Amino acid sequence: MRSPIRSSFESLSGRARQTARRTQCLALIALGLTACQDAKPPANAPASGAAPVTATAPATAAAIAPIDMPIKGEEVAQLTVPPAVPPPITRDHATKVIVKMEVREQVGRIADGVEYTFWTFGGSVPGRFMRVRAGDQVEFHLSNHPSSKMPHNIDLHAVTGPGGGATSSFTAPGKTTQFTFRALNPGLYVYHCATAPVGMHIANGMYGLILVEPPEGLPKVDREYYVMQGDFYTAGAYAEPGLQPFSMDKAIREQPDYVVFNGAVGALTGDKALTAEPGETVRLFVGNGGPNLVSSFHVIGEIFDRVFTEGGDAVNNNVQTTLVPAGGATMVEFKLDTTGTFILVDHSIFRAFNKGALGMLKVGGPPNKAVYSGKQDERIYLPEGSAAQVLPAVGKVIPAKRTQAERIELGKAVYAANCAACHQPDGKGIPAAFPPLASSDYLMADVDRSIDVVLKGLTGKITVNGAPYDSVMPAVALNDDQIANVLTYVRNSFGNQGAMIEAAAVSARRSAH
Amino acid sequence: MQMLMQTLGVLVLLCGVAQAGPGPLIDIPAGTYEPLLPGKNEPKQKPVAAFRIDRHPVTDADFKRFVQASKRWRPGAVPALFADANYLRHWAGPARFAPQQPVTHISYFAADAYCAWRGARLPTTAEWEYVGAASATQRRGRDDPQYNRRILEWYGRPANAALSAVESQPPNVFGVHDMHGLVWEWTSDFNSVLVTGESRGDSALERGLFCGAGALGAADPSDYAAFMRTAFRSSLDGRYTGVSLGFRCAQDARRPPHSKSKEPSR
Repeated sequence: MRSPIRSSFESLSGRARQTARRTQCLALIALGLTACQDAKPPANAPASGAAPVTATAPATAAAIAPIDMPIKGEEVAQLTVPPAVPPPITRDHATKVIVKMEVREQVGRIADGVEYTFWTFGGSVPGRFMRVRAGDQVEFHLSNHPSSKMPHNIDLHAVTGPGGGATSSFTAPGKTTQFTFRALNPGLYVYHCATAPVGMHIANGMYGLILVEPPEGLPKVDREYYVMQGDFYTAGAYAEPGLQPFSMDKAIREQPDYVVFNGAVGALTGDKALTAEPGETVRLFVGNGGPNLVSSFHVIGEIFDRVFTEGGDAVNNNVQTTLVPAGGATMVEFKLDTTGTFILVDHSIFRAFNKGALGMLKVGGPPNKAVYSGKQDERIYLPEGSAAQVLPAVGKVIPAKRTQAERIELGKAVYAANCAACHQPDGKGIPAAFPPLASSDYLMADVDRSIDVVLKGLTGKITVNGAPYDSVMPAVALNDDQIANVLTYVRNSFGNQGAMIEAAAVSARRSAH
Repeated sequence: MQMLMQTLGVLVLLCGVAQAGPGPLIDIPAGTYEPLLPGKNEPKQKPVAAFRIDRHPVTDADFKRFVQASKRWRPGAVPALFADANYLRHWAGPARFAPQQPVTHISYFAADAYCAWRGARLPTTAEWEYVGAASATQRRGRDDPQYNRRILEWYGRPANAALSAVESQPPNVFGVHDMHGLVWEWTSDFNSVLVTGESRGDSALERGLFCGAGALGAADPSDYAAFMRTAFRSSLDGRYTGVSLGFRCAQDARRPPHSKSKEPSR
């Protein structure tokens, strides 16, 4: 995956370059034809299709349109399993590339405990990554494994021609078909099966990417990876175990159970995470097979330095989230300025958290604190207001003389304002988080302790009615009278029965500390 | 040779069809078939005349009798023009001959010859689809969502598990077994949807089945199962044999005794 790429890329508008090139070539072809009629080739007209272009004349090479590039030699394409990408092409000429792709229908894991029958190009979802150079003549062999139940074909968006190859590659189980195309336009392209019903073939995983490198290559980066999103429609809900059949109904309603990168929940997480070193520049070839959803591709904690929008020539700098259409692709590049785990998501965010659209890029080594500090501080934040803040002046209020009924009545309001959010209006608390006050042994066992808890707060392990709790209650800034009221209230509510607590008792505990 | 075969066929008929095939054929009343991709001038519903069809696909045991009776259809003896190299491959391989499993690795020509030997013929696509449209309870099975789901589930499973015996599934409303969920089946006009007189080079017609275009002329674009059968049939040529492709035979509706099958032998 490390790639020593040639660095001769001009960051000018590639489309403009290409258009200029084509115009020039058309002119040259016209000249060439004229030349034939005149039986006298004009000077500086190498585009008749016969003159080989040598590596020592790069300016001339750039001027030739892919369709006019002479084909020299042949090679068998190296196809890679995702997330790997074949190495960059170092050739400086077009060649004949032989691609051998096998279709397999096979059961695989879509999530832990959940299986699905994937239809695949090469045995993986997405299918094998192909890398060719503009001008290459691609001889494509599509084999359909004899155990397949379905005929299949391939539509490569990189193909100029009817059906993108589909009309010529319709292949019954146990057969091989062959067709040839010329890679005319550089870019990153989706390929997919286009056999009716095409939606089902794509929904079962029949898609992948083919990169047509521009003649001058792509900018040099340190690592390249292959990531492709897809949506899956299963009879059972997300994570329902067992072999899940395809749900045609959900597919038509466009309501997937799974939205995943590289064919399965967790295909790019944990020990399968993508990796890189700090300081490296990473390029992701990102495709979206669909069949239905458009991806809002985002890497949490990174900004794309460059996006080759929709896999073409136009470069957009400093992008947070980029759209990848169903049946489309994009190339993103970013330099890793610090370390950590960066999360790949479809920022249509429920897909990430509820349907599996999550991947990871792990960058090892010590972090660059100048770029990102990490957590510098943590403290309790109490937004409920003044009562929860410790104010030293409180408590110095002359205790009022009240009856128990008055204190219960006043205490009820104090409780509602300061206590009910955690201990709940019915005093039952929240299991494992906030202990109950209702019929509470801990509350009723020790009056002084109860006063102290309100005065000073309480942190750590306690046991209430037999259940353990280990959390934090802050000191509540109430005056002695209010504390007497609220404690009298809780000790005479929710099934509790106890004596009235006087403000003087609270004062005594306060001064005891 | 032709004469010999036909005579043999008649002999077998006289001796009792039950010996040679899957038992008595089931009578199917006249009805209608809704083509998935009706032609421009074709009606949305096509009448299907009454006919008879095998109650289950032809089995290995059934086909073995034919091969024993007809040497030219033995594995290795069939010219490449009539069956590809995988013809009856499973009989030799580790998967083996299994009497009650549907015969597969059968070319169109072999299936056609077998049916003729029995005094029968392959069903037309219209006949096959008409019978195949029925669920266990009604003739228009796709009104029952379970029906389509079950078919799609089968299409979605790879064909590397051993095949079940025929009649492992309950019959449909006509009393016919295994129209779905066991094997693909040859029909007499398997590629007629895509190919006119021009045969296979006719890519302009084929293109209609690719991608979105496939849905354009379709009677019911949500009938994925029918799309898949149509796509499968159109990927075939007559020599093709495959691991999950079998067949069954049909006959015209009963006529006065033997009036049809006697003709050629005289």
